[in-house]
Amino acid sequence: MQALSFAVHIPLVAFGIAFPVMVLFVEWLGHRTSDGLYLTLARRWSRVMLALFGVGVITGTVLSFEMGLLWPNFTGTFGAVFGLGFAIEGFSFFLEAIFIGIYVYGWGKLSARVHMLSGIPIVITGFTGSLMVISVNAWMNHPGGFRLAGGKVIDVDPFKALFANTYLWHELVHMYVAGYIVVGFIVSGCYAFARLRGRWTRYERTGLVVPLTIAALASPIQILVGDWAARVVATTQPIKLAAIEGLYKTTRGAPEHILGWYTANQVKYGIAIPRLLSILAFHSLNAKIEGLDAVPPDQRPPVNVVRVSFQLMVGIGTLLAVLGVAYLVIWLRHKRLPRGRWFYQAVVLAGPLSVVALIAGWVVTEVGRQPWVVYGVMRTNAAVTGAHGIPVSYGVLAASYVLVACGLVWVLRRLAGAPLELPPDRDPPELAAGGVTP
Amino acid sequence: MTTVLQALPLVFVLIGMTLYVVLAGADFGAGLWQLFSGGGEEGEQVREHAHDSMGPVWEANHVWLIFVITVLWTAYPRAFSSIASTLAVPLFIALIGIIFRGAAYAFRAGARSQRESGAIDTVFSLSSILAPFALGAAVGGIATNRVPVGNAAGALFSSWLNPTSIFIGVLSVLSGAYLAAVYLAADAARDADPAIERAFRLRALGAGVAAGGVAVAGLFVVNADSHQLFHSLLTGRALPAVIISFIAGVVTIVLVYIRRYEPARYCAAGAVAAVVLGWVLSRWPTILPGLTIHQAAAGHDTLVWVVAAVVGGGVILFPSLGFLFRLTLAGRFASDAEPPPSKPTGLGMPDIRPRLLTRSAIACVIVGFLLLNIADADWEHAVGVVLLITFIVLGFRVIVFPALGQGPAAPAD
Repeated sequence: MQALSFAVHIPLVAFGIAFPVMVLFVEWLGHRTSDGLYLTLARRWSRVMLALFGVGVITGTVLSFEMGLLWPNFTGTFGAVFGLGFAIEGFSFFLEAIFIGIYVYGWGKLSARVHMLSGIPIVITGFTGSLMVISVNAWMNHPGGFRLAGGKVIDVDPFKALFANTYLWHELVHMYVAGYIVVGFIVSGCYAFARLRGRWTRYERTGLVVPLTIAALASPIQILVGDWAARVVATTQPIKLAAIEGLYKTTRGAPEHILGWYTANQVKYGIAIPRLLSILAFHSLNAKIEGLDAVPPDQRPPVNVVRVSFQLMVGIGTLLAVLGVAYLVIWLRHKRLPRGRWFYQAVVLAGPLSVVALIAGWVVTEVGRQPWVVYGVMRTNAAVTGAHGIPVSYGVLAASYVLVACGLVWVLRRLAGAPLELPPDRDPPELAAGGVTP
Repeated sequence: MTTVLQALPLVFVLIGMTLYVVLAGADFGAGLWQLFSGGGEEGEQVREHAHDSMGPVWEANHVWLIFVITVLWTAYPRAFSSIASTLAVPLFIALIGIIFRGAAYAFRAGARSQRESGAIDTVFSLSSILAPFALGAAVGGIATNRVPVGNAAGALFSSWLNPTSIFIGVLSVLSGAYLAAVYLAADAARDADPAIERAFRLRALGAGVAAGGVAVAGLFVVNADSHQLFHSLLTGRALPAVIISFIAGVVTIVLVYIRRYEPARYCAAGAVAAVVLGWVLSRWPTILPGLTIHQAAAGHDTLVWVVAAVVGGGVILFPSLGFLFRLTLAGRFASDAEPPPSKPTGLGMPDIRPRLLTRSAIACVIVGFLLLNIADADWEHAVGVVLLITFIVLGFRVIVFPALGQGPAAPAD
């Protein structure tokens, strides 16, 4: 159930990380050039940002409830260790809520300078908030900062547990870059779609160029960051790596399999590239890679779930990077946007695909950690609630999410479909009638 | 010293709870009034007013709950896990209520016709009633010692479907309705809208009297259901708090009657705070049956960090919140507020030196790649990451300004 909520929440987090920066950039451009077009675009985006944040508040509340509802033993035992992260996250969320209110409702009511300034805390708190959550996750993957004595947690040092964690940095960078990629492709995808439909004014062009440039630059970089992340996993969570690669026997000079299906302790129907895994993980032709046989069967994660998710993430990531490089190369050689229809079709596709990759990435890190909820310390089934009726509430929650998702699609369509006035007369009338404008 | 440290997070939780009851309670109440706004022109106006007043603040109001939960589980993990597992059902119901409420709020932006916004308002209102009721019922379960320590150790239903829980649930809904009506009346008075003000003043008086009546009647319910709670509320440490709450309750209604809305709100908040405080005092130092605050509290270092985080966060938070409320209460977000004059800057696109920037960007990406992906030391990785991010920033500058400067291209094919 928590997994479901996470899957809904994570794309919203991506928007929380990356979208405010884009909105502020466009607004800044608008103030600088006194060009109403940029201001209109930024204002439109800020409304979308508010709607998404509203849904983010809901899913965030759900998640914090669920931590207690579903995992009482986990929070009960380790709350003292990682709770601090969530407390700070709560504050960040709070500040974000305050300033997002000021920013969106203060549009045109505050002076340009104050308004821009009120946007900056949104960026900062978006950063600190997700930093905290990622630090908790990093701790779950690589626990530290406490000792266990007779089943009780003692000598807790939350600071050390959360922030002096070698596992934090690559997760953080990987997630941040992912945030920019997802938002960049989703937002630019909308305008690419408009172009395919034959709507292509300076407005759509701006809406495409800003996010797409970011995503195009970030997606190749993500491959490098991902490689770094994989090497950290190789040294600290060898079993996760083994599951990712479907490697049963501990091997020197292990091959890398692309595609295929793990069955009977080996990868079938895959393309094997000799020694590549050893090279990637440890930069050596003969490095020893620990296989799943290094731990008893009940300590192995479900291999195919992890493996397929990983392949999905890497595969999509590579395609996105190719798309990004294509954009960059065309720019460098011709100093113009790509003209081909294929490119815009690809951008439209890239948005949803990047979300799939984002969620698949979280599946890799979370399922790859199974059967542990805290790696090597607490098993997932020891953390779960003893309350009954979980399937019922699961169904209800799933149904509500479907409703909320439909509603979100509907409202975003409405916001996008509102007629545009260029330059804006301070207040697009349709939106004012809609109710967000006080 | 240890006791103070152990109790301090609880103080934060209580402050957070009181603020949640007062601020989000008003928010829930506004939803309730949208349901009972009546038809016709005036009903529509009432609904619009309730919606618009809450718009800028509702998200901030709700994060109090997240704050309470996170502090509770960090500082008192065992108590939190017992409460969350036994009271899973009401908390879940509250959760569903909050989901639909929030969703309805976010989605109302897209509504065009009155029928659409009416439908959304109905969802919004129903969930606005459900959520505070469920939360109040959960509190009732804790208050009557129906939540023992342990993973789902208490009864799944009778822990929150009992006379006291139902009483507290109803009281939560009513006091929310009262607070909302006071707030909305004050808002209407500021906007010089006498019809709306009158409407909400009447509602405030009605809800206030009803809440007071239920509160008094509830004491008998509590006596019948849990004599122990009744006894501890009306004797010893808790009694002064209960009396203060009663007086504050009466005074706030009088204040609304003489149309002093602002003090009335503070007074109502005081009534809520006093009763919460009295309840905690009456069971001090026990939190759950057999679990004292000393046993429940987390270790020393964690508590220090929590307190530091809350205080540090508060230093930033309260001025920000103050800024928001000042803008809201001063009517700066009202639709007819004049925007401040802005002077055109008239600067064009920023000038860049594309060739130099491009070269630096490419240099960054190459060196970054070598450091992050070929080298092995931690510091080399750190520098590598910084360089790669610099590449993104530089690359963005190189492309975006000239790309925006170009005129619109012809539509594709």
